[in-house]
Order: sequence, then structure tokens, then C-alpha cells
Amino acid sequence: MQGKIKIKIDGQDLTVEEGFTILEASRQAGIEIPTLCFDEALEPYAACRLCVVELSTKGTKRLVASCVYPVEEGAEIRTMTDEILRHRKILVELYLSRSPNAKRMRQLAEQIGVGEPRYRFEETHNCVVCGMCVRACDEIVGASAIGFSQRGMKRKVEPPFHRGSAACISCGTCTTICPTEAITLKEIDQIKSVHVKDEGASLEPCGVCAAFELVPVSPEAYTGWLSEKLSLKPAVKSKA
Amino acid sequence: MKIRSLEDLIAAKNRGLATLYPQRTKIMVGMASCGIASGSRVVMKTLRDETQKIGLDAYISPIGCIGSCYKEPLVDIIQPGKPRLTYANVTPDMAVGIAESLASGRILTEGLFTRIEEDENLVEGTRVRIARGVAGLRTASDPPVVGGGDGPSIDRGGASAVRSGPNDVGGPSSRGVGDSLPRDATSEYTQVPAFDDVPFFKQQKRIVLRNCGIINPDSIDEYVARGGYFTLHKVLKELSPQQVIDEVKASGLRGRGGAGFPTGVKWQLTRNSPGNVKYIICNADEGDPGAYMDRSVLEGDPHSVLEGMTIGAFAVGAHEGYIYVRAEYPLAIEKLQKAIKQAEEYGLLGDDILGSGFSFVVKLSKGAGAFVCGEETALMASIEGRVGEPRPRPPFPAQSGLWGKPTNINNVETWANVPVIIARGGNWYSQIGTEKSKGTKVFSLVGKVNNSGLIEVPMGISLRDIVYSIGGGVTEGGKFKAIQTGGPSGGFIPESLIDLPVDYERLAAAGAIMGSGGMVVMDEKVCMVDMARFFLTFTAAESCGKCAPCRIGTYVMNETLARICEGQGKEGDIEFLQELAETVKTLSLCGLGQTAPNPVLTTIRYFRHEYEAHIRDKKCPAKVCKRKFTLEEIARLKEEAARKKAAKKDEGKSAPGFAAEKSDSAKKGEEKTERGSAAKKAPAGDESTAAKKAEKKDARKDKD
Repeated sequence: MQGKIKIKIDGQDLTVEEGFTILEASRQAGIEIPTLCFDEALEPYAACRLCVVELSTKGTKRLVASCVYPVEEGAEIRTMTDEILRHRKILVELYLSRSPNAKRMRQLAEQIGVGEPRYRFEETHNCVVCGMCVRACDEIVGASAIGFSQRGMKRKVEPPFHRGSAACISCGTCTTICPTEAITLKEIDQIKSVHVKDEGASLEPCGVCAAFELVPVSPEAYTGWLSEKLSLKPAVKSKA
Repeated sequence: MKIRSLEDLIAAKNRGLATLYPQRTKIMVGMASCGIASGSRVVMKTLRDETQKIGLDAYISPIGCIGSCYKEPLVDIIQPGKPRLTYANVTPDMAVGIAESLASGRILTEGLFTRIEEDENLVEGTRVRIARGVAGLRTASDPPVVGGGDGPSIDRGGASAVRSGPNDVGGPSSRGVGDSLPRDATSEYTQVPAFDDVPFFKQQKRIVLRNCGIINPDSIDEYVARGGYFTLHKVLKELSPQQVIDEVKASGLRGRGGAGFPTGVKWQLTRNSPGNVKYIICNADEGDPGAYMDRSVLEGDPHSVLEGMTIGAFAVGAHEGYIYVRAEYPLAIEKLQKAIKQAEEYGLLGDDILGSGFSFVVKLSKGAGAFVCGEETALMASIEGRVGEPRPRPPFPAQSGLWGKPTNINNVETWANVPVIIARGGNWYSQIGTEKSKGTKVFSLVGKVNNSGLIEVPMGISLRDIVYSIGGGVTEGGKFKAIQTGGPSGGFIPESLIDLPVDYERLAAAGAIMGSGGMVVMDEKVCMVDMARFFLTFTAAESCGKCAPCRIGTYVMNETLARICEGQGKEGDIEFLQELAETVKTLSLCGLGQTAPNPVLTTIRYFRHEYEAHIRDKKCPAKVCKRKFTLEEIARLKEEAARKKAAKKDEGKSAPGFAAEKSDSAKKGEEKTERGSAAKKAPAGDESTAAKKAEKKDARKDKD
């Protein structure tokens, strides 16, 4: 499977490994594509839709999510067109209207040139439902202590049935990976205090460190520790 | 009892013919959901009780829906030697009358809707003359399996046919009637329009609905009697998988779920995908409000779907299939479960089907009611027991679908087409329809239309034919305003485009979609902004919330539309909606979000003036939307009322000033003030009542 194929990104001729996604190929070539729900440590999810690029193959042109779309021989990709920018602006405007206090959203809006959103939510929330916490809890930690509930605008992240879950090992991965500081250690602590009462519950070890009941002191301390463990760039780097 | 050979199949066919066209009086009652909803259960019970009471020897059988749902409950009678007669809108009292007339040998003409002289056996390409029994016309190209002359029931039926002579075939209906009948009885029903002359049926071409309303859905033998499972026999014994796929490709059949992907190409992709384990899925998660094509097929002819799936499984190399049907269709589920059991007993599902060595099992999976689970990747997640959410493609289901295996997923209607296509050939099928859209399409024609029901028409028929010829025009003599196709994610097509031929490309060009086949007719009493809001409320509530454009975008569009409907729209709202709609359409992850903005886009495109009337003039041209006032507006109205009151006092007893002001505002019209014009014409004087209320409050305050 691992052959090399030729593609073109923003006019640059590139030879990349087969099986790469467009995002991987672009980043390798030093072309930055904005993302929100993507993290190298996680399976791509294609839900934030910020990373759309224009893909032309065999005479057809369409917008695809670069984080999941595999490169194809002879594909021509443009990462920034007027159309992409137009849609991206509207999308960021939507995000901003729902999460006006999220630092990451304000940064994005500034970068891309989005001003005051034309729609105002009465109830705002920092969570942008990117699902990074849910996926990290499942894929990295292996605890699956949190998930999504409800659908549409009501969709949110929480432990099953609103209750603290015995599956939570209080590792804090969710707080670290969250791009908009929507989940805090305080919340995790509250959740823990609920399931501590349940004495019969057996604690599962963390899938990364195999330690029990790791209680991070602060997100910063935890970030350093986790990045060491994973020998990856900390996910929160982009926030700085 | 397993069917292992062609002889076994013919034996089953003869058993089916014996109940389909029995040599005694037969009474059929439409017992699909539409019939039951109109009261066919009571009618059925009355007929049973009454025939028993009278001592009439009649075979009473439930049947599916023949399509004319506006005429339900439908009762059909067949007396030996006479054509099939259909009574419409049957009440229990009428049922008593029908039973009594049957016992007396006469025919009740009151309530007669149509008569059917012949049943077309589409799979075999033959026509069966009902009035003479079962041995009817046969074409030269008839396969030998049709040779129904062997069975005992057919001999008897054939006798009257011989008497009438071959030249009568296709001639005036009265000649088909046996000699034993009194002449006067004949003339009674020849006045009733023949099936093909009823405007509702005239332009229809029933391929998918070939057995609906003809056979008893609980009888596998009656399905076989109509040529069912003979195609499967032919496929398993004579054809290679590739030949089957080539035939489907040649037919030009495209996915009837809405997207219109060529079915043969899809099958080929699944067949070519590496792997030993592959799956077949039938998508019966029909969720569009007002659309019930799939339900009717499953309730009226479940075996057509099972046979289609088995043929598809053989073609792509699958041995396991799933039918994903929504739990809100209890009757369809019941019929399917029964059909699967019967097919297993006959060895038409399971191991070593028809002794060919090919095995295929079908399982039912019930959906819990999420609209998004009609999307194929969400549907597969739901079958696997995960949350029904779509995932990005590629990989396509044909490469990696259910449990990561190559999966071929098609809609109910697509599967029901398959046996006929293989039996009659891809070329035969491709003669029907337009250049790029072949065959027929089932639509549920509902809304403000006289003849609502299920119709199957050749592709390329104009909307005008559907609405006026088949549908019989708009109800209560109303004026046609728009037709909405494709369910909540479809678009509105205005009167100016009513001559539009219906096919995938032309509907898409008009901003609508074929969708699964919902068609809602709207008259002048419908407000298009309100309608767009209605559908957006549905999609916003049904969005799974995974991707942001759909989650936030549909919500914001819905809120904006609601604001416009309430008379709180502002300049720029239309443009804002358009921009949002384009982005949601382009960026959304799955088909739900990609089509959800269609109602907004098409209403803006064709009915922009209605939006402008709501936003600028604060009025709803169709007088549907209720104006709501903000606190500031109420304060302003109060102020105005107080001012007017003061002015009145100043003028003294006579009020010429007031009258002058009135005529002034009438002359200047909208220029005067927005409020002025709104108060005069606005929806049912909402504003003036608000002003009065404000005045009253003021008066109360003054007293205090």
C-alpha cells in the first residue's frame, strides 16, 4: 500500500505517501490548514468542517474535509480560494455566536477577519462540540467515561445519565485536550466526588500511564506530563 | 415445505392462483395503514359477520394499498365470470349492502369506483383476464413457467375463457362475462369507469407497486402466482453474478432513496471490493413527513423487497442482509417478519436456496426514530448498536460499511424494482423514463390536492400532469401555489415551473430534489416563509449535532425565519439566510445538512416578495403568520395612542383632523410610517388591537 503518489497543493508539485490525508500532505509541505476538531493523537473526526479544501480530480471540483480525505494520484488541491474563505467566515461566525467567550474562537475570528456575529445566542457556551475530549477519553485513555448526549443544538458532552461515572479515572485528559477550556478540572473533581461514594466500583487503570487515580494539580502541569508520555506536541500548544 | 425445483415453484403458483382468483365470490379489503386509518378494520369485520349471517360462501382476503388512499376504505369484489369491482369510501353500512347484494346475485352500484378487467402480470409480461378466471392472454415470449394450464383451478377458470373465444381478448369488457350471467347485471357495472380510464390511474405505470392492492401480503403463494421468485430461480440457475449486475446497469436504475446513484455501478463496486464477508442492507427508514412509499410497499408486497435483496446478494456476493425499518411502522414490520418466515420455510431464504448452493439470510433491525438514521453511514452505525451519526466518506459503504465490511445499501423501492428488471431485461426497463432517469418513481401525493395517495409514474411526467390529471387539482377550488418535493430537505417549485418534467436532474436544477418521493401540494392559503420555517424546525431538531454547519446553521436559520414570521425581520435578513444556507449546504458532513437549506433557498428564489412583505411591510400575504410585538414596539404604540388621544381632545367634538390623517396615510401609503401602513392592512388588525390594549392600560393608569 505504501507507494508514492504525485499531487499538487496550491500549485506546488509534491510526492507524498499513499494513504496520507490531504491535511497530512499539506502540513508536511508546510501549508497550514486551520482545524478545530483535529489532533495528531486522535482518529480524524471531520466534524468541525474548518479544514475543507478544494479538490479537483478527473475534471470534477468539490470541497472536502482535508483531515479525512485521502490523497489521490493526480489530485489538485487548493487550500484557500474565495469560496473556501467565504464559507469559512460564515462557519467561524456561527461558532463565535455560540461561543463568544472562547479564546480560541476569538483568535480564529480575528485571523480570518470575522467581526461581530450577526446572530446572538441567548445562552452561550464555550464547548464547540468538537468531540476531542470524548475521543481522547476513549482512544487514548481507554476509559470512555464521557460521551455525547442529546442532538442538534442541545448536543453536549457529559458522563452517562448526568452522573459521575465510575469509569472516570480523573486523569484530566479531557481538560487538557479541550481547545476552548470548556471542561475544567473543577468539573472533573465534582464528577469524581460522586463516584467515590460508590465503593463497589473497581477503578480501571489509565491506558497511557497505567497509574490509578492520578489527580493533576493544574492543566499546565498535566500538559507537560502528558506530552512527555505521548512524546507528542501538547494539544494545547495552539492555544498559546 | 422447501421449494427445490421449478415444479415446486409452479405448484406454489397454482396454490396462489387458487386464492387470487378463486372459483367463488371473493371480497378484498384494503388493509394497509391508510385503509386501517380510514376504518377498514370495522368494514372487514362487518363483511365477515354479514356474510356468515347470510350464509354467503365468500373468500375474504386482506390486500395492500392500491394507491388511491383518498378513496379508502376500499372494498373489492370478484364474482366468478365478472370483473373485479372496487367500492370506495366504504362505511360499515355500505359493507352490509355489499354483502346483501352479493348474496342476492345483484350488484350494488352505489359507491362503485372502478372495475378491473385484467390484472397485468408484469414479471411474466402477461395479462390475466379476471372475468374469465385465470387463463388469460399470454405473449409469445412467455417463459414456460407461466404454463398455468396444468393446475386444477386453472382448468376450471380456463373453461369460460374457451367459451368466450380468443378474439374477445382486449375487446369491450362486457363480452368477457360468462353466459350464465343475467344481461341486466352486466349493464350495471359497465357504466363504472375501467381502471385505466380513472384519471388517478390512467397515467400511472405500476412496477414497484405491481402487487400492492392485488395480492394478500400474508400469502407467499399469491406473490409467486404473480411471477414472484421465478426471477430468483432464473438468477440462481441460469445467470452469473456479473450478468445480473450488467442487466441492472443496462436498466439505468438509479437509487430511489433520493441521491440517484446508479444502482448497477454501486453493486459492481461492492462486488469488486475484496473480502469474503459482505452485507446487503435495505434502507426502510422512511422519515420524510407526509411520505409513505416504502411503508406501502412493505405492507402490501414485502416479498418483492426480499426477492430483490436476494438477487442483489447473489450479484455482490453477500450472504447476510439487514432491513433497517423504523419502529413507527408496526404493520410493515409485522408483514416483513411474516414474509421472512414464509420465505425461510419455502427455502427461498436461508441455506442452499432453491437447491443452488447459494445461502442468504435476512435480519430485521428496528430504528428508534432518528431522521438522520436514514443516512446510510448513520444507519449502519445504528445497526451496529452505536449512536446513529453519519461518518465522513470515503471510505464508501461499498468499500467499508457494516462492521467494516463491503456493504451494498439500497432503498426499499430500488430493491422492489430489481426482480422485474431481471425478469423483463434491462433494455425493457430503460425504455421507460427520460434519458438520464430511467423507469418509474413512486410519489406520495399529499397536501391540498383532491386525489391524495400513492402514485407510480414514469420519469419525465410533468408536475402539471401529476397535480391536475392524477391529483385532480387543488382542493376546494383553491389556486395552486407551489409543490414541495423531496420531504423536509426538498424544495418548493412554483406555479411558473409546473410544466417541469420530473427527473433527478431537472428537479435539482430547480433547486429541489427527487428525495424519496414526497410531494406536498400547496395552495394560496400557505405562507412560504412559514413553510420554510416549518421544515427548518424539523431539520434543526433532527440534526444529530455532529458537524457545526448543520448543528448551528440550521438552528440559526430556523430562529431567523421564526423572527421574520413574527414580524421582527430586518433588512439584511434575506441575505444573511442566503449566505448561511449556501455554507450549510456546502460544508455539512452528510446529506441531512447538505439538503436542509433547500426549503429556504427555494422559497427565497421563487417567493422573495413574501419575505419582503414580512420584513418591510410587516405583513403576511397569506395571513398565516401572527405578528408579535417587542417591548419597545408596545411602548411606542402606547405613546402614539396617547398622542392621538391628546390630539382628539385638542380638536374638540368634531374630528376632521383624524379623518384627514387617515386619507393622508392612504395617499402616501408606505411612505407615511411603517407602523401607519401596517396598522391599516396588517394581519387581522393585530397591531390595532395592541394599540387599543395600550390605550386601555393608559386609561387605567390615568384612573389610578
